[in-house]
Amino acid sequence: MAETLKKRHSIPRIELANITKQYPGCLANDNVSLTLMPGEIHALLGENGAGKSTLVKTIYGVVSPDSGDIIWDGKAVSIKSPSKARELGIGMVFQHFSLFETLTVSQNIELCLTPLQLTKIGNLASSITALSEKYGLNVDPDSYVHSLSIGERQRVEIMRCLVQSVKLLILDEPTSVLTPQEVSGLFQVLRTLAQEGCSILFISHKLHEVTEVCQQATILRAGKVIDTCEPAKETPASIAKMMVGELAEQDAGYSKKEGLHTVFSMTSLNLATKHPFGTSLKDISFELKAGEILGIAGVAGNGQDELMAIISGEDERNTGAALALEKQSIGQLSAAQRRKLGMAYVPEERLGRGAVPDMSLTENTLLTHSQGFIKSGIVQWKPLTDYAKKLIAQYKVKCHGEFSEAKSLSGGNLQKFIMGREIGQNPKVLVCAHPTWGVDVGAALAIHQALLRLRDQGAAILLVSEDIDELFLLADRMAAVCDGHLSPVVKTLDTSIDEIGQWMAGTFIHSPSHHSEETTA
Amino acid sequence: MDADLIVQILFAAIKTGTPLLLIALGEVICEKSGILNLGQEGMMLMGAVVGFIAAFSTGNAGFGVLAAMLMGSFMSLIFAVLVLQLGANQVATGLALTIFGTGLSAFIGSEFVGNTVQGFQPIAIPLLATIPYLGDILFKHDILVYLSFGLPITIAFVANRTRIGLILKAVGENPHAANAIGIKVLKVRYLAILFGGAMTGLAGSYMSLVYTPMWAENMTAGRGWIALALVVFASWRVGRIMLGAYLFGFASIMHLVLQGLGVDISSNLLAMMPYVATVIVMVVISADQFKEKLLAPRSLGKPFDPRDMA
Repeated sequence: MAETLKKRHSIPRIELANITKQYPGCLANDNVSLTLMPGEIHALLGENGAGKSTLVKTIYGVVSPDSGDIIWDGKAVSIKSPSKARELGIGMVFQHFSLFETLTVSQNIELCLTPLQLTKIGNLASSITALSEKYGLNVDPDSYVHSLSIGERQRVEIMRCLVQSVKLLILDEPTSVLTPQEVSGLFQVLRTLAQEGCSILFISHKLHEVTEVCQQATILRAGKVIDTCEPAKETPASIAKMMVGELAEQDAGYSKKEGLHTVFSMTSLNLATKHPFGTSLKDISFELKAGEILGIAGVAGNGQDELMAIISGEDERNTGAALALEKQSIGQLSAAQRRKLGMAYVPEERLGRGAVPDMSLTENTLLTHSQGFIKSGIVQWKPLTDYAKKLIAQYKVKCHGEFSEAKSLSGGNLQKFIMGREIGQNPKVLVCAHPTWGVDVGAALAIHQALLRLRDQGAAILLVSEDIDELFLLADRMAAVCDGHLSPVVKTLDTSIDEIGQWMAGTFIHSPSHHSEETTA
Repeated sequence: MDADLIVQILFAAIKTGTPLLLIALGEVICEKSGILNLGQEGMMLMGAVVGFIAAFSTGNAGFGVLAAMLMGSFMSLIFAVLVLQLGANQVATGLALTIFGTGLSAFIGSEFVGNTVQGFQPIAIPLLATIPYLGDILFKHDILVYLSFGLPITIAFVANRTRIGLILKAVGENPHAANAIGIKVLKVRYLAILFGGAMTGLAGSYMSLVYTPMWAENMTAGRGWIALALVVFASWRVGRIMLGAYLFGFASIMHLVLQGLGVDISSNLLAMMPYVATVIVMVVISADQFKEKLLAPRSLGKPFDPRDMA
């Protein structure tokens, strides 16, 4: 299909020639060239910081390149703003959605259109419904965005591009927030679009998806184009090798362990959310054993944040005996008291909750390691800085030094630091959200091995992640959350991606009426 | 209590509520765009003094109003440049603006204390003013009050029914997303802040040209603060702002009413009424955090710098 389309239109949809963008201290794009034909699904691959985001932002007019040309449909253009990009027919679906939660779907879409486009479309709501049926997007124009699931929001973003009859659709890690079933639905939509001649530029970390859906791939490393390939002719391992530049250990398949005695338990916890867009926890019970990793899968916003907050003590409501550490009730204790008893915690949000942005790495270390480094109320700076240096070296954190402010680090590097800091406490229980989110392949491997070492030393680890592959790789037992319910907990070896995927969509919740009542409560 | 007294009380409640209404209408637009401007009191005092001086020097109250609105906008422009361009903290900048305006207005107005101007005269609207009771309460006011009747309707329409309103709401909820789809966030915020400033200036001129046609130091007596509370009280809805403004207006004249009725309570105690009411309302509103979070513009008070987007 793509081959015939290519022959028919010999003019590329877009051609990037020698795009260079220099940021202070970092060459984000170095002479990057890339060609996209009409109807082609093209993957843009690379580790974090390889320059993928900068490149797509250049195409979408958010970033202006220092040098280089953009040729659109055979004509040189300069894309100065996102509205100019949309005028040309470029649409983009961001990784963090750019939707307005307090507006309806059709208001969100209307905001993106020029008054001229609006008059051309006429009745926006009916045209949304028509497109929705045509592509199977299932989007109701009158719903408020805050009431939609993540998958639905993504479809709204795609719809927003479709309404403008987009010719090039850019998707920034579109599948990272979807259940496996939603991913295949998305791919169906993308294939249909491509058949109609729309070009698609697809950023992803998940190599098996790239081999499944993309016809061409461009691989970036440190801002440069390292290689191009036809993913169908490659394997995930061979592509990973091109990305990392050395043989990456792909999914080595770590040994699974049986947990010992129960260290931490949650018993029939019901908790109403305090946030209008939050999820209430419904009757959650589980046990976490010494020497095991328990993985909790789920699409973002299904109660993970609330669960993490109540376990860590960040949510200060007294849950009494519903939470127990080594058979002692800890629901009444503060976050600091729980830490003293041997619990450690890596929140999803690194800046602001995992670390104080304006404080140095050394100071951030002190925040959770107060015992050893404070004597009679006085900070022991020397051992503290030594310890921070050790963490930086051990976890290969890229930064200027132990006095760098936390906010000056890239997300992945800060994550490595925080993980190291928490693991370094030798906790009895480590509660950890998205340990490798935004971390590159090499660093993720280091974090995985550190987690497994901790497990083998007898710690109990609760791992909450949206990355189902990672959970299968690391977890000894698994469960999924959906709408504040926790699925049964099963051994990883006894389940399948398909079953967990279905649980993520809530199939384990038996009575649907009961379920819908509770969501409105 | 006889009917005449009730009519008089309601008439006075509207008059007293009008400056609160004007400020709150400006501030709600500003807050919808995500900007919290705590400089209302200072801007209002500057509007009042400049309006008074302009009207006193030219003998034309219309010039006074115009000058006050320009002054209010100018004050808010200072705020806007500091907050939007230089990334200053909104709360601190707003407080500084209030302190600055309070001091500067006292300084430039000192020579004018004790003078009086010919302000706006009440205009009875033909026919409508003859409606029994209602006519006496609503249709025997001055031009600024009539203006304040029309403004909420216009503002509610623009905010809820037009593309401008949609853009405003989008910017206030998620400026990063708004920027990504090509809305000029800073421009929208500049305009919203300037509009708020002009409205507050207008409210200031109402104080010094109509309510008490004279200038006295600190004559606004905390009305700027009450109006800020009013916006939260009304949960950013224009209709409720109007209702709230008159309720607060009523609370402000309670002491006059009770004295008129011969109730023996210290007038100092009664003069506290609107402020006590403000505190109570704020506590009640904040108790329901769930609702407040849902209705408040989500990026309220958070700075946004488009250069961070790169």
